[in-house]
Amino acid sequence: MPVTLYDKLWDEHLVETDDTNESLIYIDRHYLHEVTSPQAFEGLRHKQLKPWRLDANVATPDHNVPTDRGDSFNAASIEDEVAKIQVLELDKNCNNFGIHQFDITSNKQGIVHVMGPELGYTLPGMTIVCGDSHTSTHGAFGCLAMGIGTSEVEHVLATQCLKITKLKNMLINFNGHPQRGVTSKDIVLHLIKLIGTAGGTGHAIEFSGSYISSASMESRMTICNMAIEAGAKVGLAGVDETTLGYVKKHSNLSDSMFSKASEYWQTLKSDPDANFDQTINIDVSKIKPQVTWGTSPEMTIDFDADIPSQEDINEANHENLLLAKSYMGLDDSKTLQDLSFDRIFIGSCTNSRIEDLRDAASAVKGKKISKDITEAIVVPGSGMVKAQAEEEGLDKIFLDAGFLWRDPGCSMCLGMNPDQLKPYERCASTSNRNFEGRQGNLGRTHLMSPLMAALTAVNGKITDPS
Amino acid sequence: MTNSVITGIVATFDRDNIDTDQIIPTEYLKSIKKFGFGDFLFDGWRYLDEGRLDMTSEDRSKNHDFILNKEPFTNAEILLARDNFGCGSSREHAVWALRDFGFKAVIASSFGDIFYNNCFKNSVLPIKLSKEEINHLFKISNSSSVNFQIDLQRKDLKFGDDSSYSFDVKDSLLDRIINNLDDVDITLRHKSDIEIFEQARRNQRPWLFDYTS
Repeated sequence: MPVTLYDKLWDEHLVETDDTNESLIYIDRHYLHEVTSPQAFEGLRHKQLKPWRLDANVATPDHNVPTDRGDSFNAASIEDEVAKIQVLELDKNCNNFGIHQFDITSNKQGIVHVMGPELGYTLPGMTIVCGDSHTSTHGAFGCLAMGIGTSEVEHVLATQCLKITKLKNMLINFNGHPQRGVTSKDIVLHLIKLIGTAGGTGHAIEFSGSYISSASMESRMTICNMAIEAGAKVGLAGVDETTLGYVKKHSNLSDSMFSKASEYWQTLKSDPDANFDQTINIDVSKIKPQVTWGTSPEMTIDFDADIPSQEDINEANHENLLLAKSYMGLDDSKTLQDLSFDRIFIGSCTNSRIEDLRDAASAVKGKKISKDITEAIVVPGSGMVKAQAEEEGLDKIFLDAGFLWRDPGCSMCLGMNPDQLKPYERCASTSNRNFEGRQGNLGRTHLMSPLMAALTAVNGKITDPS
Repeated sequence: MTNSVITGIVATFDRDNIDTDQIIPTEYLKSIKKFGFGDFLFDGWRYLDEGRLDMTSEDRSKNHDFILNKEPFTNAEILLARDNFGCGSSREHAVWALRDFGFKAVIASSFGDIFYNNCFKNSVLPIKLSKEEINHLFKISNSSSVNFQIDLQRKDLKFGDDSSYSFDVKDSLLDRIINNLDDVDITLRHKSDIEIFEQARRNQRPWLFDYTS
């Protein structure tokens, strides 16, 4: 019987299923960061347990770290006392338990979902978990990857397994060539607009079709990253030559081990005619650049479309839309082009990879940011991305245009470090969530691609990227 | 100790997609503790000022229009919401905040997958009902304060003298709440099965165990 990629990965890692249909799934890779791990380590200590398999774990601090660190910065330099305690706690836990960490002083430190793949810790066919919902990113490599809660972090540390029930299968076929100015971010935002933030709940979403086949690993990661914004904790794509090329370049496997592994990895795709519970076909050539207007990622429109007005608001969504319009300060605005922006954020596990920075730099090269923009920051996803961008001279392009060029971290995606919006500031952001207060108390977030955010920096307004 | 009946005041949140950032904002995720989040539950809606981890509810300027600042809802134990409750971030702190405030159950037409799982690890019962049933519960709860009674063994929700809805939830998950079970203890009973599986994997997929950076 033809089998989906998700089902193949599930079967490959299934230790056992009990009579209540809950299964123990073996976990190959566990990424840890400072925010969702302290209570899990505390649980281990309380139960007098050690991590089951040390070499399955990799840690780095990313969520709360300052991004203007400069040279000779260490954990003790963090000004926010509570954030400092959390980073030091990760140091302590990794040292005590013997877990490999790229700490705040490492030139490889970065957002865990950017750092992991580029250091070769993410390999095709793995099960990957992390106490972070954007772990779905790693599904781009033909992995079964998902975010988990802190109790599950403890469970994986202690048992190398996750106790879960199987998800349903959903297939999204992205076919065709995108228009000029349309990127993977626009395509995934369009999908979320279409199926809603609960559209993929209870499902693993496989992304396929001619667009995915021709897309870079960076673009595939952006799309799998935001599967969770469509409600699916698992997003994934089959392994092909692009996947293998990336892994060959980034992993430290010996040639013989790589070729042995490749034979298996090439089987990691859904069989033709495999059965999906739901299939959606999307012609990406019809997608325009997308920008969110509201406080949920599904509140997305074409960049030049009208913001939903009173007439569009029906009874079912009445309350949600009115609350969102009011929060976003849109009561008098007809289109996104009417809005003036204050801040620009280029970064996050969705859009801080080298391809994203190249895209953004292409739009600002030789230009200056608008005088209306009070601050524009670029936060590369990792030490490796930062070094690569600097080698290509992208840092100079951004700095010359008036951007700030920062050190790696999650930064203003969630505003857990000093990078935050002030109340009522409007931000063009390449991150993944436009929730109320996400980037700072009462801040207003519009999600978009790096290209669109860079153009917004230059023009102070949303403009046509084509 | 078993927890098989939940009776309590219902607090209504009449909107879809209440994400975990609303349930507890990022600022409070800097805590390294597993308890003490109740004062920060729905922080952005509940207070007019910005809070910090070292503040308590008493230190804050309250939004008196917000339901959890009004009597009798300061003692609410059951939360009623619409669709996709707990979507977004995986932060278990969201469940810890609901638990620490005193919520024992959340009723909605659907939940974020990760939030739903996290609930059972912390003795908070998520109950899924149809949109029609949710609509009806809102109708009877919006006008006045009401109490619901939830029987975990019978899987039913009583909301009037003779009115009740039954709900579906996996027995194994429910069992964790009723008997306060810990997943790690349960799984470690299968230690040798995991060891055997791992050894086979080590032989069959050696590159997963051969990695150095």
